[in-house]
Amino acid sequence: MKRVVITGAGTINALGHTVPQTLAALREGRCGIGPLDIRDVDRLSIRIGAMVKDYAPEAAFTRQQLSLYDRFTQFALIAAQQAVAQAGLKFDGELAERSGVILGTAGGGMQTSEENYRAVYQEGKNRVHPFVVPKLMNSAAASHISMQYNLQGPTFTVSTACASSNHAMGQAFNMVRGGLAPVMVTGGSDSMLCFGGVKAWEGLRVMSRDACRPFSLGRTGMVQGEGAGIFVFEEYGHARARGAEILAEVAGFAMTSDASDIVMPSKQGAARAMAGALRDARIDPGQVGYINAHGTGTLANDKTECAAVAEVFGPHTDRLMISSTKSMHGHVIGGTGAVELLACLMALRDGVIAPTIGHEAPDPDCPLDVVPNLARAAQVDVVLSNAFAFGGLNAVLALKRV
Amino acid sequence: MSIAQTVIYIIAEQAMVEPSDVSPDQTLQDLGIDSLGLVECIFAIEETFDIQVPFNANDPAQSGFDISSVRAIITAVQTLVADQRLE
Repeated sequence: MKRVVITGAGTINALGHTVPQTLAALREGRCGIGPLDIRDVDRLSIRIGAMVKDYAPEAAFTRQQLSLYDRFTQFALIAAQQAVAQAGLKFDGELAERSGVILGTAGGGMQTSEENYRAVYQEGKNRVHPFVVPKLMNSAAASHISMQYNLQGPTFTVSTACASSNHAMGQAFNMVRGGLAPVMVTGGSDSMLCFGGVKAWEGLRVMSRDACRPFSLGRTGMVQGEGAGIFVFEEYGHARARGAEILAEVAGFAMTSDASDIVMPSKQGAARAMAGALRDARIDPGQVGYINAHGTGTLANDKTECAAVAEVFGPHTDRLMISSTKSMHGHVIGGTGAVELLACLMALRDGVIAPTIGHEAPDPDCPLDVVPNLARAAQVDVVLSNAFAFGGLNAVLALKRV
Repeated sequence: MSIAQTVIYIIAEQAMVEPSDVSPDQTLQDLGIDSLGLVECIFAIEETFDIQVPFNANDPAQSGFDISSVRAIITAVQTLVADQRLE
């Protein structure tokens, strides 16, 4: 079994267009949630979201590229560019042939579907742009990253709702650990902030109209975000041999299925995933200092997640910190675990624990140290990143300092 | 703008050159327009002239829409516009 390290990170999300901007916002506890600026917002009852701000696609891509790139692909490419540049890798020869891309997305090219459904249903048009299919397919972003960087090895997209990017990174981790690939570009991307996307979420009645307040008494639900997080996972020896800067080690991963309900989370499924990731990493629960929570801000998730943490960590529960950064960057759906991994890197590298903002009062059902409202300085050696998706699909990553 | 000028304008936009740099004798290949660029041209022609272009990307030669040169495309579009206006 090979060791796997992270040698590059990139992002674009509501908190910033780069990793440093995002980390600064996480440290300051800045909120990226605001009024939605999308077509037909007056017909929505949910009118807030964590949109990527000051973003002009025409400035980032050519007209030709934009005819093929849905917004979720644009975000993935922007984040990948940063990650690959930081890693300092150039893919050719055998490295190119063996390295690949695994991404997570839930909505895929939803903006493209929306625009073209509007054209044919609402506007009665009988013709759509020829690239609708290659633009909306869920695997488009993975393909474009592969084309951009000449990554010719295992490349695909996984879709497990809100756990998509954690499942993707888990596959990439195992691919490198098992020696199937020396390097994998991995993470996730989503952009569902369009009329149809928000309308669909509205229907579930789990969306907040004012703010995302995970773990807080009086929380009112989740707030949707958008963006991408992309990382370079590299075999440790390969990274060391070329003198690459190592951001963290990916130590373990586990996935479970609740096998019980299509929307309600289960304590058992979540607990088995966390315990499994620790076992996979051969890490004692007592070594974990921080958990980046799934923490959606719904009543059901936060309560269940806290109960699962208590079950896995026992008496150590009172000594660990757990925060939900969704309070700042919103729920990035299929890309959320990837954006949240940045908070894990910040905890390990900078000794700064991102807060759970919008926290008004402790909820007796969430009796953990949720790092309310203000970031905290703390040295941690091991962190977990939780993702518990609709349909009971759970994926947890364990990271440690190198 | 005449049909010929409009078709040249559409092709030039795909080729990312000035319309004045497109000559009737050139092929789409000469202009660096690949298969994806071609289907975008066909789409733009259909949208602009409100016509149906009988084009099958699987086998362009069997489509009955001559794309062998810029001139051939202009002629084909002129014919389609005239035919489909009569319908």
